[in-house]
Amino acid sequence: MSGSVSYSSVVGIRGPLMIIRSDGRLGYEELVEIEVAGGERRLGRVLQAGSELAVIEVFEGTQGIATNNVKVKFIGKPLELPVSNELLGRVFDGLGRPLDGMPEPVGKEEWDINGLVLNPYKREYPDEFIQTGVSVIDGMLSLIRGQKLPIFSGSGLPHDAMAAQIARQSTIARGEEFAVVFAAIGVPADTAMFFRGELERSGALRRSVLFLNLAEDPAVERIVTPRVALTAAEYLAFEEGMHVLAILTDMTNYGEALREISILRDEVPSRRGYPGYLYTDLATIFERSGRITGKKGSLTQLPILSMPADDITHPIPDLTAYITEGQIVLSKDLYHKGVYPPVNVLMSLSRLMKDGVGKGKTRQDHKEVSDQLYNSYAKAMEVRALAEIVGEEGVPESSKKYLAFAERFEREFINQGQYENRDIETTLNIAWDVLSTLPESELVNISEENKRLFMKGIKAEAKP
Amino acid sequence: MRSEEVAKGKIIEVRGTVVKASGLSGIKMNEMVRVGELGLIGEVVRVEGDNAFIQVYEFTTALKPFEPVIGLGEPLSVVLAPGLIGNIYDGLQRPLSTLEGFNVSRGYSADPVNYSKKWRFVPSAKVGDDLAPGRKIGYVDETTLIRHYVLAPPNVRGKLTYIAPEGDYTVLDKVAEVEMDGERLEISMMQKWPVRLPRPFNERLQASEPLITGQRIIDTFFPIAKGGSVAVPGGFGTGKTVLLHQIASWANSRVVIYVGCGERGNEMVELLKTFPQLKDPISGRPVMEKSIMIANTSNMPVAAREASVYVGVTLAEYYRDMGYDALLLADSTSRWAEALREISGRLEEIPAEEGYPSYLASRIAAFYERAGYVRTLSGELGSVSIIGAVSPPGGDFTEPVTTHTLRYVKAFWLLDPNLAYSRHYPAVNWITSYSIYSRELEGWWSRVAEDFKSVKGKAMDILVKEEELRNIVRLLGPDVLPEEQKMTLEAATMIREGFLKQSAYHEVDRYSPPEIQYYLLKLIIMFYERALDKIKKGSKVDEIRSNPLYLRIIRAKYEIKDKDGFDALIKEVEAM
Ligand SMILES: Nc1ncnc2c1ncn2[C@@H]1O[C@H](COP(=O)(O)OP(=O)(O)O)[C@@H](O)[C@H]1O
Ligand SMILES: [Mg+2]
Repeated sequence: MSGSVSYSSVVGIRGPLMIIRSDGRLGYEELVEIEVAGGERRLGRVLQAGSELAVIEVFEGTQGIATNNVKVKFIGKPLELPVSNELLGRVFDGLGRPLDGMPEPVGKEEWDINGLVLNPYKREYPDEFIQTGVSVIDGMLSLIRGQKLPIFSGSGLPHDAMAAQIARQSTIARGEEFAVVFAAIGVPADTAMFFRGELERSGALRRSVLFLNLAEDPAVERIVTPRVALTAAEYLAFEEGMHVLAILTDMTNYGEALREISILRDEVPSRRGYPGYLYTDLATIFERSGRITGKKGSLTQLPILSMPADDITHPIPDLTAYITEGQIVLSKDLYHKGVYPPVNVLMSLSRLMKDGVGKGKTRQDHKEVSDQLYNSYAKAMEVRALAEIVGEEGVPESSKKYLAFAERFEREFINQGQYENRDIETTLNIAWDVLSTLPESELVNISEENKRLFMKGIKAEAKP
Repeated sequence: MRSEEVAKGKIIEVRGTVVKASGLSGIKMNEMVRVGELGLIGEVVRVEGDNAFIQVYEFTTALKPFEPVIGLGEPLSVVLAPGLIGNIYDGLQRPLSTLEGFNVSRGYSADPVNYSKKWRFVPSAKVGDDLAPGRKIGYVDETTLIRHYVLAPPNVRGKLTYIAPEGDYTVLDKVAEVEMDGERLEISMMQKWPVRLPRPFNERLQASEPLITGQRIIDTFFPIAKGGSVAVPGGFGTGKTVLLHQIASWANSRVVIYVGCGERGNEMVELLKTFPQLKDPISGRPVMEKSIMIANTSNMPVAAREASVYVGVTLAEYYRDMGYDALLLADSTSRWAEALREISGRLEEIPAEEGYPSYLASRIAAFYERAGYVRTLSGELGSVSIIGAVSPPGGDFTEPVTTHTLRYVKAFWLLDPNLAYSRHYPAVNWITSYSIYSRELEGWWSRVAEDFKSVKGKAMDILVKEEELRNIVRLLGPDVLPEEQKMTLEAATMIREGFLKQSAYHEVDRYSPPEIQYYLLKLIIMFYERALDKIKKGSKVDEIRSNPLYLRIIRAKYEIKDKDGFDALIKEVEAM
């Protein structure tokens, strides 16, 4: 704790922003504590530090604050989180204060929630495959340790079930070396309850840390919640050597909170009212993942965000995908067809897949099979579009197989149970089976060798 | 540069990355300053009387009013000397590889090159020579690939009064002395240059040689000439970074400068991991021996992004001045433009479109102007080629950064999300992309193969026809087309699958030298022409498609590695 604590008074209030007299004693991004008459305490952060006045954002909002009923205390440092092993199994609010009735955890150290800038030279390239047991992910969108891979979703779609399934199936059986950090950012209480329940059921709750900013909690606090959560995650990953999976939901609420503050500050907006620095700001969150040379742990991020009006070009999903290492896009069409998980594979991507799969990691045919599935499914979508116009009879004989392929691909490969855990062998075998719907001459992405080795029963007689 | 009177002032306001300071009498526009107790690096971006606005190149957390601001007397400059190659720098040319700990600490300084390392200097000038700016006075072998010429600094002119004998020297040691205006001036192997100022050259020349990238759609259809400027706009996931990485890995340039500007940290690590292993196609030496990397990733301070592209292009110009073909790749110039916007916003300038400052267009123009094929001051030929990725928000090519960039570059490769979704990579749209160099380089390609131009023309015709035919098929189904036109669609598919698509991750496919590009396309065109003959005689497209040659031609890019293999396949197609 800093030695110099000093007090000040409020000059003006605007939404969650407060202008106070600081006389140059406040530093940029430092924390202040606001004591409202009656003893309530709120926290705020310096957005602009002048020699006379400072602009503060008050995390819990400014309701009930008057210029003459509060005392503002300067903490003399940015917001920090006490970090230690004791975080595991605990539940905190969006600012990192205990919600579970237990005392503040004793920190080994206090870490600035903004994190530090990892030297890119000290990063280790992520290339370890995580088996999630979900075919469409493992087979075509492989998740890699240290990756940041968001789920882009829409209202009513099963993104929560999917994230929970990934968390359960990828962490169980990993002994004591994993941890889950869960950050609720402006989501309903039942969403948080759902995750809690899922973690509890799989026995992962005592290896988890929960940070909850719920829908009814103050919006400004959301700006801090992912940072607090990632500070805990970084500690567990890089100090305690754990493989940490961080689930952040819903990052759209985060972006909206940022916009709210920006508008109140009269900043020049860029797209759709969002501030020009939205990209940079999101990057300071998503880049806090990965692996570090010489350290044992890893930090994998699985952010969830809902696309406003299902629009992937909306600034939040758009800029997110510019930063993350791919995206998993959910589709209403598949959902209505009854396919779970309803992943639109063509719009989805895992940028780190290429180095995490193949011989010695998963199976030598993995890449080619995945390429072939993409290629054939893309063709099938064209045929489907044609069939919708000219009718199925109008589709040439040679293309009809693609329609059958698409159906099987969606119903047998993508579709699986919420509690079904498929290993990678099973996933790839299903893929071959589904691909066998097509004539062999259509499999342009697959080498003779892999056909010979894996295309069971299909062409056994061809080679003498 | 002299700095007798250092400006000293204090902070009066901190607004994110922009700091307002007072008491800085005599401070110059664009002067570098040290800000606060931590000595954060900043640059003066506005002067108002004794007050100055400073863009700080580092995070300003906990920075307070009344902390000191000290002028450094000179503009943002880079150190130019042997030892640059193989390094990875941040946006201010601070080496990242020697930094202790895991994080980029604030206010740190480190020498861009090792000042105590000894290099074997071999003189080439003699005492009594007239030394003019840019003249070579000797060299050191910086790597096995780069003979680093020591050049007379651009402001030095006079008689050489001393030249060091061959021997081992540090970059700070005197290696020559010049008499200039009655004064003796020492010359070492190191010079400094302000990054925002283009380095001088003798004259700009017309480019006539391609920069071969080994990427088929580029070299064959939308080539870049040495000294050219290209933009690569594309939404997320359309393949900008992979394309830039591929070009950095395989291009036949002598020096590669890769600027990661506001993008992912892991992408820089990927370069660091692959460059030492990849072999330069010309020399067979690791690509690392001709490369410099500049990393200002998205989580690093914004203002330094703006600086990083200038640092990069200045390094490229320096190697150009030695008579080399230097290639600068910037991923992504949009992040640089966004940095401009952010600083401009904090300065409360009046915005033009989408919050960007009104000088956005002129900055973009000035940056691409630094590309060029030139006669250097020492009379040699050298070039700087610039390839810049553009990341339009929402994939919208009508946004300001894309539209302004397209006005100033000579070629553009437009990446198409629909191609990317169907995993057609590189997702360069062959209908909308453009290169002014295509025509200028015809002569060069005719030496690869006499009929190159005609093969390429036929292929493009097929692709253009495909566009039209597909529109018909989309409405009426393929059955309405006559067999010949169905064959055109098949040929287009062959061109897409067997030529345009190029996997960055396939050992053989990722690099396609010019002759192989020619062979692959030639095979398809021959097959198509034979097929049309057969169709005239009554064959059906389905029969032609089931000919094993169809799949073999499509897979030739993976499976055939040499001329003999192609000649054999060509014979088979002839006999078809
Ligand atoms: N030439 C290529 N070969 C194979 N895959 C590619 C190629 N180009 C792009 N890709 C795929 O597309 C993904 C996104 O490419 P990237 O260059 O990172 O896109 P951008 O920089 O435009 O966001 C890569 O991770 C890779 O899977
Ligand atoms: Mg990219």
